Amino acid sequence: MLSRLVLRAAPAALRALPPPVAVGVLHTTRPLHTTQQSLAPVPPLPEKGGEVRHGLIPEEFFQFLYPKTGVTGPYMLGTGLLLYLLSKEIYVINHETAAAACILTVIIYGIKKFGPDVAAFADKLNEEKMASALAMKNESIQTLQTAIEEEKKEQWRAEGRSYLFDAKRNNIAMLLEANYRERLLMVYNEVKKRLDYQVAMQTLKRQKEQDHMIQWVEKNVVQSITPQQQKESIAKCILDLKALSKSAHAAV
Amino acid sequence: AAVLLKDTKLMDVKLGQLGAWLAMRDFTPSGILGAMQRGYTRYYNKYINVRKGGLGGISMVLAGYIVLSYVWSYSHVKHDRRRKYH
Repeated sequence: MLSRLVLRAAPAALRALPPPVAVGVLHTTRPLHTTQQSLAPVPPLPEKGGEVRHGLIPEEFFQFLYPKTGVTGPYMLGTGLLLYLLSKEIYVINHETAAAACILTVIIYGIKKFGPDVAAFADKLNEEKMASALAMKNESIQTLQTAIEEEKKEQWRAEGRSYLFDAKRNNIAMLLEANYRERLLMVYNEVKKRLDYQVAMQTLKRQKEQDHMIQWVEKNVVQSITPQQQKESIAKCILDLKALSKSAHAAV
Repeated sequence: AAVLLKDTKLMDVKLGQLGAWLAMRDFTPSGILGAMQRGYTRYYNKYINVRKGGLGGISMVLAGYIVLSYVWSYSHVKHDRRRKYH
C-alpha cells in the first residue's frame, strides 16, 4: 500500500524537478511489466510487534536516551516530569484521580492474572485458522498431484490402443469366419436333403415296381393252378408224408 | 551525495534547519491526509499487524486518548486546584 502511495506521489514530485532531469528520470518511475509483480507472494507477518516497556513507552525511547544518560535516564526524566506536573498543578489531584487509581489497579490486576491465558487462547485461534488454510492448500496440491498421476496413466493407456484394435479386429474376423462356416454347413445340409429326397423317390419307385410285379406274377401263377392239378399235388404230398413218417418211425 | 533538505527525515534534520524543513512540508489537504495515513499505517504495521501482538499496541493508543482528553478538559479541571499561585 505504501508503494502505491509512493507511486502516486512520484509524478507530482517529478514535475517539480527541472525539465531535463524530469525527462531523464520519468521513464524509471513506472515499471511497466518489466519487474515481477510485487504484490505476491505476500511476505509473512512479523512474529512480534515493537517492544513496549511497562505497556506504555516504546523501547526506542529508552534506546534514544541510552548513549547520553545510561539506563536510568528515562526513569529520571519520567520522575522529574511527574513532580513538575504535580507541583505546578498542571495535573490536578481531585476525585477523578482516586477513581482513576482504583480503575487502573483493577485493570492491571486483571491483566497480570488473565493475560497469558487470553494470549494462549488467541494464539490457538490463530493456529487453527492457519492450520485450516494450510490444510486446504496441501489438499489442493495433493489433488492436483493425483490428477497429474491419473493423466499420465491415461496417456499410458492411450498408447495401448493399437493392441485393443488388433484384438477387436481378430474378434470380428473370427465372427465372420464362424458365420461363413455356419452358412456353408447350412447350404450343404439343404443340398443333401434335396438329393436324399431324389434318391428316396427313385428307390421307392423301384420297390413299388418290384412289389407290383411279384404280386402280378404270383396272382397269375395262382390263377394258372387248375383244380385238377391241385388235387394231384395234394395226393402226392400225402404219399410223400407217409413215406417220410415210415422212415422217421424206423429211425426212432 | 548531498541530500536535499526536502528529502531528509525528521531525525536527521539539524535544529537550525527545523523551521525551513517544517515550512517545506506539504500542507495541502491531500498532503495532510497522506501524512495521517502514513502515520496510521506505520503504527498499525509495527504494533498491531503482527503474529503475537502484545498489550502495548492498544494501551499506547488509550494512553494517548487519556492524555488528549485531559488536555481538552484542563480549563474545567483548573478550578479544582488546591492553590491558586504556584
